[in-house]
Amino acid sequence: MSLRSPMGRVLGLGSAKEGVGHWWMQRVSAVALVVLGLWFVSALLRLGDLSHAAVLAWIALPLNAVLLSLLIGTAVYHSQLGVQVVVEDYVTSHGLKVVTMLLLTFVHIVLAALGIFSVLRIAFGAVA
Amino acid sequence: MAQFRLPANSKIKPGKSFKAPAGAKDVRSFRIYRFDPETGENPRVDTYEVDMAACGPMVLDALIKIKNEIDPTLTFRRSCREGICGSCAMNIDGVNTLACTRACEDVKGDVKICPLPHMPVVKDLVPDLTNFYAQYASVKPWLQTRTPAPPDRERLQSKEDQEKIDRPSACILCACCSTSCPSYWWNGDRYLGPAALLAAYRWIIDTRDEATGERLDALEDPFKLYRCHTIMNCTEACPKDLNPARAIAEIKKLIAERRH
Repeated sequence: MSLRSPMGRVLGLGSAKEGVGHWWMQRVSAVALVVLGLWFVSALLRLGDLSHAAVLAWIALPLNAVLLSLLIGTAVYHSQLGVQVVVEDYVTSHGLKVVTMLLLTFVHIVLAALGIFSVLRIAFGAVA
Repeated sequence: MAQFRLPANSKIKPGKSFKAPAGAKDVRSFRIYRFDPETGENPRVDTYEVDMAACGPMVLDALIKIKNEIDPTLTFRRSCREGICGSCAMNIDGVNTLACTRACEDVKGDVKICPLPHMPVVKDLVPDLTNFYAQYASVKPWLQTRTPAPPDRERLQSKEDQEKIDRPSACILCACCSTSCPSYWWNGDRYLGPAALLAAYRWIIDTRDEATGERLDALEDPFKLYRCHTIMNCTEACPKDLNPARAIAEIKKLIAERRH
């Protein structure tokens, strides 16, 4: 049993003086995802021919490759911000929280690297 | 992890039943959560049949009648019986509200009454609000200024500026909002909760206050403020029809605004 005063417990370690950056970027990435998502879906619909070769050729176009890379990066970043909130909400133990966040950050970075590398590989003609 | 199931000693067992007196005309059942830490027993739900023909219209009237005439061990807080003291906040028919302003008539079927959710229970319908009050006090809910008060008059404020704080000032600290908030359930030790944040907002937008920056500094924290995910249970629950969710959103906007 702690004999610390209720006020002492509430004040705890004080304000982290951060959080607005996370909050803002979650919204910025959400707006970016709406724009990029609409572009992605409408571009695929307009493509018509969805054969493997046609889609590869479409991805290889410079603007498409750049926008696709941005879409992957933004989606992964937005997901990372989102799961951070989930972990903070539900994982109470400080140690477990740090380890979970560390693993999730690595997973997200790997996902982003794999996705963007795949697009670039097609764009630079390594896949025909 | 956040605790989603009740601990073994909090699981609710069936309780006693108190029948209505013979000749009762309009009988309603009240199923009330009972817990006495001194007995070491698990909580239970007792059922009381009340003759509504000889009872006032509000849930608090029924509780007082039960305590006076059926079972004096039933424990609950109450004071003003007109929705201004906030003492009789409890969970009635699954919704946090004040027993004194909730009409029995508006509840369908048996009237189920529990203490405010996810708080330690002192006894029966009395929750331990120590942490809740400390959180309120932590936002320094008083005027802070550097300019000395005018020697001959009060600090002036325009009517429009006064109107901004009219509503948030009407909070009676009943804790219906904070204890309806899932974020507060999981992280109530670190998240300040809607009631404390509404109080903080009331002073942040008070044009006479000169500690706005310090107040925002103190709130900018992933846990103290940003646990709010705009679930809106707080606004839904408020028996005074206030909007804590909006106040929290406004605080977030002000913190974002000062960066740009």
